[in-house]
Order: sequence, then C-alpha cells, then structure tokens
Amino acid sequence: MRSDDTGLLAREPGERTYLTEGTTLRSWLLSTDHKRIAILYAVSITMFFFIGGAAATVIRLELFTPKGDLVTADTYNRLFTLHGVIMVWFFLVPSIPATLGNFLLPLMIGAKDVAFPRLNLMSWYLYVIAGLFTLAALLLGGVDTGWTFYTPFSTLYSNSYVLLAAFGIFVVGFSSIATGINFIATVHLLRTKGMTWMRLPLFCWAMYATSMVMVLATPVLAMAMLLICAERLLGLPIFDPRAGGDPLLFQHLFWFYSHPAVYIMILPAMGVVSEIIACEARRRVFGYQFMVYAMLVIAMIGFLVWGHHMFVSGQSPFASMIFSFLSFVIAVPSAIKVFNWTGTLYRGTIRFSAPMLYALGFVGLFTLGGLTGLFLASIPVDVHLSDTYFVVAHFHYIMVGGAVSAFFGGLHFWWPKITGRLYSETFARSAALWLFFGFNFTFFPQFILGYLGMPRRYHEYPPEFQVWNVMSSTGAVVLGVGYLMPLFYLTYSLFHGERAPDNPHQATGLEWTTSSPPPKHNFLVAPVVETEAYAYHDWDEAPGGADETMQDERA
Amino acid sequence: MSSRPAPTLVEPFEAADRQHEAMVFGLWLFLATEILFFGGFFFLYAVARLQDPTGFAAGGHKANLLLGTINTLLLMSSSATLTIAERAIQAEWRRAARIGIVATLALGTAFLAVKGFEYREDLSEHLFPTMPDFPFKAVGAIRFWSFYWLITMIHAVHLTIGLAFVARLLWLDRIGTLGPRWMVAEVTTLYWHLVDIVWLLLWPLLYLVGR
Repeated sequence: MRSDDTGLLAREPGERTYLTEGTTLRSWLLSTDHKRIAILYAVSITMFFFIGGAAATVIRLELFTPKGDLVTADTYNRLFTLHGVIMVWFFLVPSIPATLGNFLLPLMIGAKDVAFPRLNLMSWYLYVIAGLFTLAALLLGGVDTGWTFYTPFSTLYSNSYVLLAAFGIFVVGFSSIATGINFIATVHLLRTKGMTWMRLPLFCWAMYATSMVMVLATPVLAMAMLLICAERLLGLPIFDPRAGGDPLLFQHLFWFYSHPAVYIMILPAMGVVSEIIACEARRRVFGYQFMVYAMLVIAMIGFLVWGHHMFVSGQSPFASMIFSFLSFVIAVPSAIKVFNWTGTLYRGTIRFSAPMLYALGFVGLFTLGGLTGLFLASIPVDVHLSDTYFVVAHFHYIMVGGAVSAFFGGLHFWWPKITGRLYSETFARSAALWLFFGFNFTFFPQFILGYLGMPRRYHEYPPEFQVWNVMSSTGAVVLGVGYLMPLFYLTYSLFHGERAPDNPHQATGLEWTTSSPPPKHNFLVAPVVETEAYAYHDWDEAPGGADETMQDERA
Repeated sequence: MSSRPAPTLVEPFEAADRQHEAMVFGLWLFLATEILFFGGFFFLYAVARLQDPTGFAAGGHKANLLLGTINTLLLMSSSATLTIAERAIQAEWRRAARIGIVATLALGTAFLAVKGFEYREDLSEHLFPTMPDFPFKAVGAIRFWSFYWLITMIHAVHLTIGLAFVARLLWLDRIGTLGPRWMVAEVTTLYWHLVDIVWLLLWPLLYLVGR
C-alpha cells in the first residue's frame, strides 16, 4: 500500500502515473494522452453543465407563479434556448463518450492510446472553440429560437444571435465526429491479444454503437446548420416558403440528426450501467450477446424514427404511421436491455454502493422515460400531448434521469481509477438517493401538467396549474443541491481522500489490472485476455445450470 | 508493394501494417461523414428539381457550361497527377513525386481561379437569387441558383483544404521526411479524390441539367 500523503499529485518517490508526467499547464493543453484529454473534457463539460443549470434555475423560478413576473417573455425564450443548446451539445452529447469513454476505452481493450491521439486533442479544441462561439452568442444577448432552430422563424424573423449559435453547433459537430472516428478505429484496430469482439466489455460496445451514430448523423446536422447560416447570411431562399423554399425540410434534416442524438446520449449510459450492475451484483451480465445486438439495433433503428417529432407538422399521414410503427419497434431492444439488467441482478450478491444506487436509479428512470415515449409514439395520443410538459418530462427522464444518473454512476465507479483517490461512500450514497428523489420531485409533476394540457415554452400559465409548477420548482431546488453535492465531496477526495487500491470494487476488466491512476502508457506489459467479460463466477453457478456449463465446455 | 520505404511509426502503433490499416480506415470513416454531409445537399437538389422541373431547367440553362467543363477537366487531371505522385512516393522516385505534387497544386489553384472568373460572369448576369434584377421568377430557377452558389462555395472550401494538405506534402518533401511518411500521401490522395468525385457529380447536375 502507498503511504498516506496528501495533495493531488503527491505520490511515492519514483512512482509515475499519467498525472505526474509533466505538471505544467502546457503539458496538459498539448497532451495527446487520452486520459488527460478526458480530464480536459471533464472540466469543460462541468463548466457548461453549470451554465446550462443556471438557465434552468431561472426558468423554474419564473414558473413558481402563474404571472410572468420575473423575466419577460423574450428573456424566457432566450433562457430555455440557452438551456437546451448548452445541455444538449455542450454537456450531454460529449458527457460520457468524451470523458469516461476517452479515459476508459483504450484501457478496457488493453491499448496504449486511441488510434489517433492528435485528432483526439483536436476534438477538444474544436469543442472549446465551438463553446466560445456559443458563449459569445449568449453574452451578446442570446438566441430565442429554442434549441430546435425551427425555420422560417430562425432564418427570417428572429432578431437574435442565431448565426453565432448555429456556427458554434456546426463546429461542435466536428468535435463529436472526430471522437466517433477515433473510437471506431480504436475498437477495430487496437484490441489487445485475446480481446475478441464477444469478449469486449459492454461499455466498449456502447462506445462503438454511439460512435457509429455520431459519425453517420452529425454531418447532416452540420449541413442543416450551414443551410440556416446560408439563408440568414446570404439570403438564399432554402426554407423560405415565399421563394419556393420548404420550411418542413429543415425539420426533417434537423430530426434526422437530433433523434439519433438521443441515442448518442443514452447508449453510453447503457454501457456504464451494464458495467456497474454486473460488478456490484457480482454476476455475469445476463444475455451478453443480446445486450450487444440490442445496442446495435437501437443505433440502427434510431435513424428511422425521426418523423415521430413531426406528427403535427402536416407530413403525410402514411409517413406518420410508418414512423409511429418504427418508434414502437425500437422499444423492443430497449426493453431487452432493461430485462437483462434485471436478470443480471437475479441471484446476485448486491452491494448498494453509490455507483450501484445511481445505476439502479437509471434503470427505473429509463423505464419510466421509455414507457412514456411509447405514449408519444402513438399518433392519437401524441396529437393531444404534442408540445406540452408531458414531452418535456418524457425526455428529461431519459436525458437527465437516465443519462446524467449514469454519468454520475460511472464517475463514481471509476473515480478511484481516474484520480487514485477514494471518495466518501456515505456522502456519495446520500447524494445518489437525494438526486433520485429530487429528480422525480421535479419532473413527475410535469407529466401531470402536460396531461392536463399545459404547453411548453411559455413563461405564464393559468393559475390552476400552479400547484404542480410549485412542486416541480421546489423539486428543482432539491435537484440543484443534489448536483452540487458531488462537486464538493469529490473535490475534497482529490486532496484528502484515501489512496485507492488498483481494484477497489474487485471488478473484472483490464482497466482494473493496471495501477490507480494508470501510468502514461496504461500498461507496463501489454495485457492478454483469456476469459469473457464479467467472469464474476463460474458458468455452472449461473441460474440456468446445465446449459451454461455446456457453453463453458465449448469455449 | 513490398518495396515501400519503412514508414515512420506514430503512437500508439507498433507495426507498420496496423498503422496503415488504421489511417486508411480512419480516413474512409471521415469520407463516410462527408458523403452524408453532401448527401444532404443532393437531397435538397432532388426536392427542388422534383417540385418545379421546368423552372429548375430554365435556371440551369444559364449555367456556364464552358467554364464548368474546363474545371471538370482540370480536376480530373489533378486526380491523375496526385495519384502519380502518391505512387512515386512509395517507389521513392522523389523527382517524379515532386512534379506530381506541384502539378496537382497548379491544377487545383487553376480550378479556383476559373471558378472565380465564373462567379464574376454569373454576377454580371445578376444570377444571385437575392439580386433585385435576378432574371427568373420561377421558384425552380431560384432554388437552382441557391443550390448552385451554396454547393460550389462549399466545394471550393473543401478544395482549398485539400490544397493545404497537398502543400503539406511538398513541405514534407522539402524537409526530407516524405518517403517514410507515404501513408500521409495516401490518405491525402483519398481525400482529394472525394473532392473530385463530388465535382464529377456536380458537373452534370449543375451544367447539363438545363440543356
């Protein structure tokens, strides 16, 4: 064991980790080490998370009372646009892939680094440049189009900084394309000896599927944003119906990216949760192969459901029927995953540690968010619920309840590996429970509000909705406190936390075989893999008994 | 191809063939994103042309076929010269490689110059859709010219980036490391070909549609 010294970078004499290789600012800003780039990303997305969160706070404060007394309608528009743009493109999309994914993917497959380390660094710089454009748009006065930038409002009428924001989103798209290309090439070409495709941890599969979606969907967003710029800047009539343009075309192009983008946010979360549940239940993942195929199928069908955002846009009713059907279909692989996580828990030795609490919270919130998604996939129900708080609640259950819970779970689970320090388990568990409570307190009332007919994106509302809005806003205070808690105890652990052993959770996976924190090139000797992922017990201890013993003999 | 020079290995690769595989694979992934990017624009073109075919053709009739064709020839030749250069680098024929690279740079720059003259001609005929004396009223013609300006400018940006990458090859040759870094030349050539192929699709779509 290491001596109990304090300070972030203090280590035993002679010990070398990725944190001690160069301690100047320059050595961080020009580093091509995937672990350091992950930290750079983590710091930047945390900043954006709190900017986006501040906007949400003002929104919820305004909605405490039915009258629009805190901000004007116009400011309110700018606030929810800012909240959406920042949270979607500058927090959720890069959250798990660019931080945990960047840090863990090479470690999990036994590689020294990602396939293109310099491209990896470039993706962070693109992210920062894009962030600066978007922040500039915000400081100059904001954008009032909503994060969806619907035409013709965004191109012809809006008197706000649409160009700057659209250009920022255009650039941040290239940052995710770079990450995607890097991850796909890494998984294909840098797996260590013995790491076959069917031995890959599910987190790696999740990164792979996510990267596919990033690479294939983001260019279309880039193109849609460029068209907005062209129409605003050069006046080329692309979406302007007076000159023969087609405003609905924008919605098609936008959702062709933005629906798959939901899977960019949720697939990594599924990967994280699979790792945590298997380890903390001490079980092999139930139906590993089905988990893999489910993720790939979700990534694929995710491209074919965008029209369900446009049921009330006047698109062909036949198109709507197809999109509705496919939206039901995509629920099947999602349900397979939920059942398999539950199946993994069966006969497990469950530890209710902080990461596990987050992961179990994810499963519950994802199920609720997913099932309400089926309400919205059904055309007659959607016509009633379109543009109400029901939709807001639904996607927050997936994107905040789901993706952010999983991000926090993963952050706690791998924190000892990333920093070499242990956090306070008591604080972490209470934060996990606090967040779960705060989240439901905030967003469950919004389902009821939406069902009762309260439309989204208004700063005033009829007084009969007040009771639910007060509940939601109070919940938001609880939730806000919950998000600040990890900031404090995790930061505290950086300086005063106990030294982490190499494998504090007794988890399988190559990332736990190297030291905490890992050395610069991850492994001193290239590892060799001899078993499947999640070998937490022998096959004949599994609930299926005999069959799985045979599987073992075949292998 | 066993006579390729021993390549410079970069992190995290330990074997030349793996690095080669990764670079080509990575670039093809990038080309896939480019195809989706341009695919969106071709979708735009298809929608516009289907909704008003006659107006669209009337607009397309004004496109400058002569300059467009000259540009097509220039770009096709540049693809050939860059391929020759790339093969020459692998065979360590430095002189041939240098000539090929310089020829590619010249042809690419000539393309941009011709494009500039073409833009001037178009503007003198008021063919920008927001101009007050734009000669057409038909929706299809307006959309044709919107598409024309947008796509040719985006293509020119791609070509300029390509020129920068080709110029980098010349610089690598100057400092003498181009031989062992033939993989860089290979992926640069792949990108250049994509830019050319996009133009090869644009030539009939822009210049032949109205004839």
